[in-house]
Amino acid sequence: MSPILFWLFTALMLAFGVSVILNRDPVASALSLVASFLCLASLFVGLDAFFIGVIQILVYAGAVMVLFLFIIMLLDLKAEKRRSFNEFALVGGAAVSALFVAGLLKVLSVFPAGAQPFPALGVAKLDDVRLVGITLFTRFNLPFQTVGVLVLVASIGVIVLSRRQLK
Amino acid sequence: MDFLNDIPWMLIAASLAKTLFLIFGVVLPIVSYTVYAERRVSALIQDRLGPNRTGFPISLFGFEKDLQLFLGGLGQPVADAMKFLLKEEFTPAHVNKFYFWLAPVLAMVPALSTLAVLPFGNFLFGQKMVVADVNVGILYVFAVASVGVYGIVLAGWSSNSKYPFLGSIRASSQMISYELSLGLSAVPVLMIIGNLNLSEAIQYQIDNGWLLLPFTDGKLTLRELFLWIPVFVSFIIFTISMFAETNRLPFDLPESETELVAGYHTEYSAMKFALFFLGEYAAMIAGSSIIVVLFLGGWHVPFLPINTLESSTTPAGIALGFLHITAFFAKVVGILIFFIWVRWTLPRFRFDQLMKLGWLYLFEIALVNIFITAAILAWVK
Repeated sequence: MSPILFWLFTALMLAFGVSVILNRDPVASALSLVASFLCLASLFVGLDAFFIGVIQILVYAGAVMVLFLFIIMLLDLKAEKRRSFNEFALVGGAAVSALFVAGLLKVLSVFPAGAQPFPALGVAKLDDVRLVGITLFTRFNLPFQTVGVLVLVASIGVIVLSRRQLK
Repeated sequence: MDFLNDIPWMLIAASLAKTLFLIFGVVLPIVSYTVYAERRVSALIQDRLGPNRTGFPISLFGFEKDLQLFLGGLGQPVADAMKFLLKEEFTPAHVNKFYFWLAPVLAMVPALSTLAVLPFGNFLFGQKMVVADVNVGILYVFAVASVGVYGIVLAGWSSNSKYPFLGSIRASSQMISYELSLGLSAVPVLMIIGNLNLSEAIQYQIDNGWLLLPFTDGKLTLRELFLWIPVFVSFIIFTISMFAETNRLPFDLPESETELVAGYHTEYSAMKFALFFLGEYAAMIAGSSIIVVLFLGGWHVPFLPINTLESSTTPAGIALGFLHITAFFAKVVGILIFFIWVRWTLPRFRFDQLMKLGWLYLFEIALVNIFITAAILAWVK
C-alpha cells in the first residue's frame, strides 16, 4: 500500500472518529461514523484484503448505520443538540483513553516481534474470498454453524418480542 | 523523493483514462438519452409524439435550420441539461443547509462508483477494459449500492418537510428490504460460476454459454438444461429487485406523485434536482450492467473470435475491442428499454403490497432457489 494513501486514510479515519464524539448533533455523529467506516474499509483494501473491506462497507456502512440514522431522524433529538459537555465525563474519558494508549505502548515495548516487519507472503495475489470460505467451512465449521443458529434464534426472538408489544 | 518513484503512474493514468471514458464518454450520454428515450417510448405507448422538435442549434452559426437527425428531437437532452445548469439554485429557508447540499452528491457518487468493477469490454490498446478488476466484484457493487440510501435518507430529512420525509422513509425501507432478495438471487449464479470476480463470470459464460441462454457456445448439455431453471428464477427475482432498488415503477413509491408530490426531492430544483435524476438513471445503468454481466454474457458476442492482450494493438484487435464494448452497451440499452417499457405498462403497487412481495415471496423463493441450485450442482453431472 502506498504510504501516502495509508496516512491520508488513517488521518481521515481518526478525524471522523473524533468528530463522532465531538459533534452534538446525533445525525452528524452518525454520518461521521459512516465516513470513518469507509476510511477503515479503504485501509483494508490498501492491504489487499478486499473481502474484509467490502464486508465492512456492506454490513456497517450499508446496513447497520442506515438503521441507526433512520431511528435518529425519526426521533428528532432536539434536546441532545443543546446538551453541553459534561466536564467530569470529559476528564474521565480522556483518562481512560490515556491509560489504554499507555498500556498498549507498554505491551508493544516488551514485544520485540512487533518492531519487525512481517515476512513477505511469497505469493503475488491471494484469493481472500476463497481462503475465508475454506477456513470457515473446514477449520471452524462447528463454531460457524453455531453462530448461524444463534443469529437465527436472535432474529426470531426479535419478531416474537415486537409482536408481544403490539398486543 | 523516493516515494514518487513508487507510485504506479502508468496504472493511474490508464485507470483515469478508462474512468473518464466510461463516465463522460459512455454512461452520462446514455443517461441523457435514456431520459429522451423514456419520453419518446412513453409517447409511443400512449399514442402521442413526445419531444420531436429540438434539433442541434446550428442556426446559431448562420445555418438556415437547426440540425435534425433520425427521429428528431435529439437535441432535447442537451437543451434539458442547459436548462438545469442555468436555472436558479434555490434553497428553501426551512431546510438543513449542509445536508440539503450534501444529499444530491451522495445520491450521485455511489451510482457512478459501482461502474468501477464493471468489465465493459475485453482488451483494447493492451488494456483490460475494466477500471478495477477486483476479486470481490459483485460484493463491491452491492456494498456501494447500499451506501446510495444515504443520499435519499438525508434528502428527505434535511428538507424539513412532510412529503420528502415520508418519501425518504419509504425509499430506505424499500431499498433495505429488496437488498436481501437482490443478494440472495445472485447467489445461485455465483455458485454456478464459482467466483465473485465479474471478469471471471464473463469468462465462464464464454466457455459454457451465457447463463440465461446456455446454447450460445454452440452446445447444450443436460446439466446446463437443469441449471437453466434456477438461473431463470434468479434472473426474474434479480430484475424485480433491481426495479425496487432503483425506485422505478411499479415500485416508485418514494416519489409517487399522486401521494407525495415528488417524494424525497420535492424541495429540490435546478442542478441539485438534476443530480438526483442523474443518480437514479446511473443506478439503472449500473443495475442493467450487472444483469448483463451475470446473465447475458457481458461483452461476449457468440461465435465471434475473442482478442487477447497481445492482439489488442493490431487493427483487427482494436476493431474487435470496440465491437465488444459496443456489444456490452447494446445489451445494457436493451435492458434499459425494457425498464422504460415496464414503467409505462404496469400500475404502481401499494406500499403494503410492495413489502409483502419482497418479504413473503421473493425472499423465500430466492432462498429455496439456492438449495435447488446446490442440489443440481451436486447430483447432475
